[in-house]
Amino acid sequence: MTAGGTAPGDATGSYHGAVHQREGEPSADDVQPAALEEASGLDLGAPVLVLEHATKSFGAVHALVDGDIELRPGETHGLVGENGAGKSTLVKVLAGVHRPDSGRLVVNGREMMLDGPAASRAVGIAVIHQEASVFPDLSVAENVFIGREPLRGGRRIDFKTMNEEIAVIVDRLGVRLDPRRIARGLSVADQQIMEIAKALSLNASIIVMDEPTASLSAHEVDRLFEMIELLRRDGTAVLFISHRLHEVFDICQRVTVMRDGSHVFTRPLAGLVADDLVQAMVGREVVDRPAAGGQQIGDVVLAVERLSREGVFSDVSFDVHAGEIVVLAGLVGSGRSEVARAIFGIDRRDAGGVLINGRPLRSGSPTDAIAAGVGFVPEDRRQQGLVMAMAIDRNISLASYDHLKRRGFIWGALERSFATDWASRLRLKYGRLSGNASTLSGGNQQKLVLAKWLGRNPSLLIVDEPTRGIDVATKAEVHRLLERLAAEEGVAVLMISSELPEVLRMGNRTLVMREGRLVAQFSHSEASEERIVAAATGQTELASDPVTTDAVGHGTP
Amino acid sequence: MSSPDTALVQTTGSPQRLVDMVFRLREYGIIVVLVVFIAVTTGIQPRFLGQQNIKFVLLNATIFALLALGETMVVVSRQMDLSVGSVLGLSAYVSSNLFGQVHGIPIPVVFLAGVGIGLVCGVVNGAITAFARVPGLVVTLATLYIIRGVDISIVGGGEVVASSLPAHFSAIGSDSVVGIPYVTMCVAVVIAAGTYSLRSFRAGRELYAIGSNPDAARLVGIPIARRVFSAYVASGAIAGLAGVIWASFYGTVDSTAGTGYELTVVTAVVVGGVAIFGGSGSAAGAAFGALLLSTIATALYALGVSPFWDPAFDGLLLVLAITLDRGIAVRLAEVMRKRTFRHEP
Repeated sequence: MTAGGTAPGDATGSYHGAVHQREGEPSADDVQPAALEEASGLDLGAPVLVLEHATKSFGAVHALVDGDIELRPGETHGLVGENGAGKSTLVKVLAGVHRPDSGRLVVNGREMMLDGPAASRAVGIAVIHQEASVFPDLSVAENVFIGREPLRGGRRIDFKTMNEEIAVIVDRLGVRLDPRRIARGLSVADQQIMEIAKALSLNASIIVMDEPTASLSAHEVDRLFEMIELLRRDGTAVLFISHRLHEVFDICQRVTVMRDGSHVFTRPLAGLVADDLVQAMVGREVVDRPAAGGQQIGDVVLAVERLSREGVFSDVSFDVHAGEIVVLAGLVGSGRSEVARAIFGIDRRDAGGVLINGRPLRSGSPTDAIAAGVGFVPEDRRQQGLVMAMAIDRNISLASYDHLKRRGFIWGALERSFATDWASRLRLKYGRLSGNASTLSGGNQQKLVLAKWLGRNPSLLIVDEPTRGIDVATKAEVHRLLERLAAEEGVAVLMISSELPEVLRMGNRTLVMREGRLVAQFSHSEASEERIVAAATGQTELASDPVTTDAVGHGTP
Repeated sequence: MSSPDTALVQTTGSPQRLVDMVFRLREYGIIVVLVVFIAVTTGIQPRFLGQQNIKFVLLNATIFALLALGETMVVVSRQMDLSVGSVLGLSAYVSSNLFGQVHGIPIPVVFLAGVGIGLVCGVVNGAITAFARVPGLVVTLATLYIIRGVDISIVGGGEVVASSLPAHFSAIGSDSVVGIPYVTMCVAVVIAAGTYSLRSFRAGRELYAIGSNPDAARLVGIPIARRVFSAYVASGAIAGLAGVIWASFYGTVDSTAGTGYELTVVTAVVVGGVAIFGGSGSAAGAAFGALLLSTIATALYALGVSPFWDPAFDGLLLVLAITLDRGIAVRLAEVMRKRTFRHEP
């Protein structure tokens, strides 16, 4: 992959065992770079960036509780953690997008505050954000130089110099990219090259990459890694964030693990194995697991057969039976929500089939899905689940007009008694039924979405992240409600969740998706946090290890 | 150059060039349509290319092309200015009325007054939109009525009549060289300068960036509020200028001057290739859009079609332009989604 130079793996043998816990051991910190340098020929100087005890809250949500990161010149530093561990918030602090509530930032030996993206750039930090920050209508050159274009007489933009400078940079990266073409339609890989070119043109000493490989093909990943190596050997500090642990092992020298907004440890990778990272990422006690329910599992309600949507997911096959709760686990962006959307018909499918009670559904028709008895509680309840500016009772009756119609009109009295009935059944806490949905708390809004679908007696209920942003008490209530629906009413439930304790508690079966494919399936007793994380991050040797794991076979080529 | 071994190289290859070409064609397409339209009309009715007719078309297009310059700045940043018609009306009356009020007032001062009125209106629009973060569409819908209301209350039942205007002022629209009015040439120069500025100055490019991806604009630290504010101020000032020119063309100014112009201007801008959701298009394209609309109106007349059909044709053109843009965007997204997938080994 790399042409010459020191491959990170070289250090492994001589460096084995030098692992230390960073917290509370400052002396070891001072020894370590020298040791690393000696062992691998790396030129690791004093830290170029240190962030200590950074905190950041958004309202009641503590996104960052104790954010620490230390970068040294000439290193690629991995940053790993589960969804919601605070990685992206930390990145945005470094980018100057979020201002931390407290904490200390030292760049090149100087303590400072970053009061905006421009300040961050000015001290030599280049951030490649997760959501590509591309201007599709501007040229590649303009994208790279936006806000700091070279100027000529009369403060006019000097397009010639701009294009020439990029040509040089692109050449140095060994790729072809026409600076004059507009960015619209560039592949994700090319967009990243553009961002890297931006970092180079800034002469950045620190480059932060937030999940740069998430949507790249294997070949493109190799190419990216070559560039990262190139930058590293030139003395740049690269902070590399990835959910794919093997990538971290491939190109990083040190790794920082975060969990629940806090720093867990920073260690050299030599001497660590993937399992160490998974343990550190999960880290918490497994709690709140009821015994595998004594539910009566009935007939197949939902059959998904080789479902594909090009570029999003492929060859996804699974069943959900009556009375069963099946959880789709996996990382954000692994294609779970997209599969749910395709089943319900919001997105069209390119291939494969969806059957409800043996009857095939048309592609791209939510109307058809609803008629067949499918309910869908989307991820974003405020935007997609409810009509916020509409009364509570009308939101409840929204999907049940068929039952509420008499002689072609919807009868107000019928609608109100229907809504009152469901509101009391779900113990909805509201002021007035005629008040807007926006007057309810987050948890009650979620119950409202559920009430809307339960009013139709669905045979399949798809719930996408049903408890995100909901307080603990209501969350438990939603859990019990879903369990009761399955156990007592025989509803088939397909649930998407990113929260591992929830996955473990709720799933009669857990399916794990990674990069648009179904990669593992665990029964309630087989499922464990470690196994799910391992399958979701591609550490399959761990996932398929010791006990029976039927990897869902249909899809794998 | 001779390493076709990577996926990265592929994406910059020939299919990509095709996509680029389609977008460039969209910009020049308007000129092609214009030429074809003139050719067909002239074929049927040769008198269409008569000198008097050309002058009429150009004068008619001049006002709209000028307004389209300001509107382009606003639309490119994903906003809209619906108040231009009202601003034009207010400026036309107040500035031309100065000739009757202040004896012997120099014409440049009258122009400055008109621009000043537009500037004030633009500052109000821009401040509410950019700093109070109210969608500009709604803000300018409100000021469309408010400014018209102010205009009506100032004008009352009266009007400015052509005889009260100095001869030099009225001649602005009639003096011409080889059949092309002076004022049209001046406006063409202004539009060319505007197009160049939008392209060549940071502030201009940042308007495109804001319209292209507002979130990314924030991430790279573009002063979004300041840029959007400036765009509205420029649009207002230009509408003020257009008001004075309008008064010199028509001579008679009452409180209905410029009513409904805002929709024609937005139509011209979109037909001229400026994306309705911002990010792309040029002021020159928008000017050609205005010229096309003006040509069609006159051509229908020359062909003996009832002028009542004119709005229907404008609407048809608008639908075609937007459908075309949307079609290209959707098709492109689809192609790109599938292409990314095929890179998987």
